[in-house]
Amino acid sequence: MFIVLEFLTVATWSPYLAGAGIGVLSCLAFLLSDRPLGCSTAFVKASGLIGKSFNAKKTAVMDYYREIIPQADWALMVIPGIMIGAFISVLLSGQFHLAWVPSLWEQSFGPSPLLRVVVALAGGILLGFGARWAGGCTSGHGINGSIQLSLASMVTAACFFAGGIAVALLLFRVIGGA
Amino acid sequence: MTLETIRTNYRLQVVLGLLMGICFGFLLQKGGMTDYNVIEGQLLLTNFSVLKVMLSAVIVGMAGFHLLKHFGYVRLHAAEGAWGTNVVGGLIFGAGFALLGYCPGTAAGAVGTGALDALVGGIIGMVIGAGLFAEVYPKLRATVLRRGPFPAVTVPELLHLNLWTVLVLMEVCMIGFLLVLEYFGL
Repeated sequence: MFIVLEFLTVATWSPYLAGAGIGVLSCLAFLLSDRPLGCSTAFVKASGLIGKSFNAKKTAVMDYYREIIPQADWALMVIPGIMIGAFISVLLSGQFHLAWVPSLWEQSFGPSPLLRVVVALAGGILLGFGARWAGGCTSGHGINGSIQLSLASMVTAACFFAGGIAVALLLFRVIGGA
Repeated sequence: MTLETIRTNYRLQVVLGLLMGICFGFLLQKGGMTDYNVIEGQLLLTNFSVLKVMLSAVIVGMAGFHLLKHFGYVRLHAAEGAWGTNVVGGLIFGAGFALLGYCPGTAAGAVGTGALDALVGGIIGMVIGAGLFAEVYPKLRATVLRRGPFPAVTVPELLHLNLWTVLVLMEVCMIGFLLVLEYFGL
């Protein structure tokens, strides 16, 4: 019992163990829910639900929301679930803390929360837009598509990292100058 | 209760989505994936934790999925891709990935750990981004999304090789890659 508790309260696990757990969870999602464990569909559903509350008629006839129906279902609930799960994990390890600026960012770009949030918001918009353009994210394509040996998913995952590495190096090694 | 009754029970699926999300968030956090420094470190090629977690998940999941599929418990969800969809979309995603320092799932996890940039920039930004995509989708669907379709749905089809041959080769390559990372202390 004590060993189990210690296992749950330790700050981090081996990345191989956490990854293997995610692999098992992905199989459970295919088995019990007949779907890949993806995250980005939730943001379409959320935007559709917000759209519906402002202009129900317009939202109802938009093609994308006819394909991905804005409702509180599996694909939407996974996001609050992730928030709760990560919260439980940091609570158990006593590491919860509110912060605007991550340390790696601060080293290159200073402690201003405004600059960090403006760049993060630009990134979030591109991420949401790109995820829907590509039809999935790091979990949907990167893990769950690759699991299925999907050619499209493996190409997409390679492009996530190719684009990500290029822009991160530009941001931190050229603009940030460190 | 059969698999079919579980899968078609809407309420049960809502609960399952939440529960699987909770497990996913817990594992992401324990794996260090909700930390901006770890993810940006991966994109700067100074920290390889993201690849370690992802490859471990794929190594386990690929074997598990195809065994389940062989016995008829799961079905393939892979769709045909295209350069216009997967390469262009993937690169846009990559740019956002580097600027935000989280991906969609890890941004949600980071919010749970108290990262306010992940909430205001990530969650709100992604809802805006997905909403913008919904606006332009009818124009993109008929044009750029269909450019350059891929010749096959799965890698075994592309290579004209037996599924299990490809699977074993992939597993060996992924495990080998992780061993190389460990060998060089990355």
